[in-house]
Amino acid sequence: MSLTSTFMGDPVKGRFGEFGGLFVPEPIVPACVELERAFTEAWADPEFRRELDGYLKHYVGRPSPVTECRRLSEELGVRVLAKREDLNHTGSHKINNVLGQALLAKRMGKTRVIAETGAGQHGVATATACALFGLECVVYMGEVDVERQQLNVFRMELLGAEVRPVSSGSRTLKDAVNDALRDWVASVDTTYYCMGSVLGPHPYPWMVRELQRVIGDESLAQCRELLDGADPTHVVACVGGGSNAAGIFAGFADTDAALIGVEAAGGAAIGAGRVGVVHGAKSMLLQDGAGQVLEAYSISAGLDYPGIGPEHSHLADLGRATYPSVTDDEVIVAVRELSRLEGLIPALESAHAFAYLFREAGRGIPLGSTVLVNLSGRGDKDMHQVITLLNGKGGKA
Amino acid sequence: MTTTAYLTALETHLRGTDRKLLVPYVTGGVSDDWIDYVHAAVDAGADAVEIGIPFSDPVIDGPVIQAASVRSLDRGTTPESVLRDLAAYRRDVPLIAMTYYNLVLQHGQREFARDLVASGVNGAILPDLPLEESASWEADAAAHGVATVLIAAPSTPDDRLAALCSRSTGFVYGMGVMGVTGERAAPTDSARDMARRLKAVTDKPVLIGVGVSTKENAEKVAGVADGVIIGAPVMRRVAEAGGAAGVAELIAGFRAALDRAGG
Repeated sequence: MSLTSTFMGDPVKGRFGEFGGLFVPEPIVPACVELERAFTEAWADPEFRRELDGYLKHYVGRPSPVTECRRLSEELGVRVLAKREDLNHTGSHKINNVLGQALLAKRMGKTRVIAETGAGQHGVATATACALFGLECVVYMGEVDVERQQLNVFRMELLGAEVRPVSSGSRTLKDAVNDALRDWVASVDTTYYCMGSVLGPHPYPWMVRELQRVIGDESLAQCRELLDGADPTHVVACVGGGSNAAGIFAGFADTDAALIGVEAAGGAAIGAGRVGVVHGAKSMLLQDGAGQVLEAYSISAGLDYPGIGPEHSHLADLGRATYPSVTDDEVIVAVRELSRLEGLIPALESAHAFAYLFREAGRGIPLGSTVLVNLSGRGDKDMHQVITLLNGKGGKA
Repeated sequence: MTTTAYLTALETHLRGTDRKLLVPYVTGGVSDDWIDYVHAAVDAGADAVEIGIPFSDPVIDGPVIQAASVRSLDRGTTPESVLRDLAAYRRDVPLIAMTYYNLVLQHGQREFARDLVASGVNGAILPDLPLEESASWEADAAAHGVATVLIAAPSTPDDRLAALCSRSTGFVYGMGVMGVTGERAAPTDSARDMARRLKAVTDKPVLIGVGVSTKENAEKVAGVADGVIIGAPVMRRVAEAGGAAGVAELIAGFRAALDRAGG
């Protein structure tokens, strides 16, 4: 069956099934409406698409390759292909979205860009694009994340961005989103809010998915070339907010591939949450009985988020995608194994996808399957933390 | 339904009040004796009181009300506990609940409207439920006689402002500045403009909140608006351990300023 329509959502109503919507304070509703109009026009404008494609090719280095993981395949008994978003400029898939939004900000005449960041990858990507286009940049980042991702804080500052540590709530990604929204309420005339994932009010979940679908569109063609016209049987990606997963899933919507989004056990919005509303959208959400949003806990700052993009809630509802979770311990093992077997050091976020593969190869993923895994970011930023974790377990890298 | 056919108890009360309207805000559950703050505000001249039901992620609130929310949540406050505490309220002026939509969604919209009424609350302000999302809640609220007060902002275009005023019940809440709740040394021009634009398209009471920080602000804004909403100054006084006496003194000052602005 064709699932393109379920993936498209409805850009007019801003819904993915019952999920999504525009649950934001009145001051920024007109800005969201304007943004929807501006993106719709830009996305249909061949000149805008040409300009973006030019930056993706000559600045980011796209297309990113799909790499055969031969030793890993032998070890696991399934054919493993890795989509190499780790090779993008700035080290993750985040730049795909940010370049599109920064070009849109310029087109809309905005001079200042704000963003939230968890692991710092979206913040670094935003700071990079703002440097490239000469835009003022302010990045909100929870104090906990500032502490565990100091290298990225320094990179953002070197790129000319101002990093504002967020001291409220759990002092992680969720609170950074709150403060970015508060900034936007007061600054919406001049400021563009560059949301980093398929989260937030309409049009963000749809727009960010469209900007990330380049991952899936490229992968589909690359896999067919590698597989003599066939498609992978499984497509696996990690999910926090869910932008790298939404991007790669979009390319395989109309294939028979099983779509698997891997959540962090401590941030499993679909696995352990209920339907709720926060940060502008209705989606699955970790919350207490009254509806207070719970803090997520994960070794990966990028997955430390209690919600998930509304499109993923919808795909889970439809049964088109599944959302299992892996533990921090499984993730650390995956980082070590992928490094040793393939010479690929994954970001802790991306390692969640591989951890699932390690656990399920020969079980949930039958032997002989062909699995495309999105290697969404490289692990350099996490080395300090990984050393500490491996030493803490009495192991060694 | 037309506005003339359906007047909530809240709107009837506000229309029947022969002076500029003063609506202070108190975070429910912020201390053991928070109901005393409500009574002190009423005794000092409040015409209605906004009761905050604290939420973990209050995106329209600045530092003062965020801190009050954290303090209240740390005491174990829930929507149920706030409504339960209101059993001690004297019910002399109307109350309006201010909270975020997820708490309503989890409680159940109909049950929330029913429980508000049972606790003596006559209206609700849900700042993350704009026109696009509020119809279903408005219907459930109306069925129980609960007013849904909609928020207008300086950025709201004129055509949208008219639609918003026609759907708002109880009164219309105009934001005095673009920004989150909190005190600021803001000029009152933006607040007066907001009030003027609202008064031009509605005969419902127009109250201005967000950024009305001082008595002088309040007096000038009430020269155009029907009244003001005072949140952060109240909760700052509470945070500074001003107690009910501090709240009474603050509200009495605003009352005098509004009375100077005219009845």
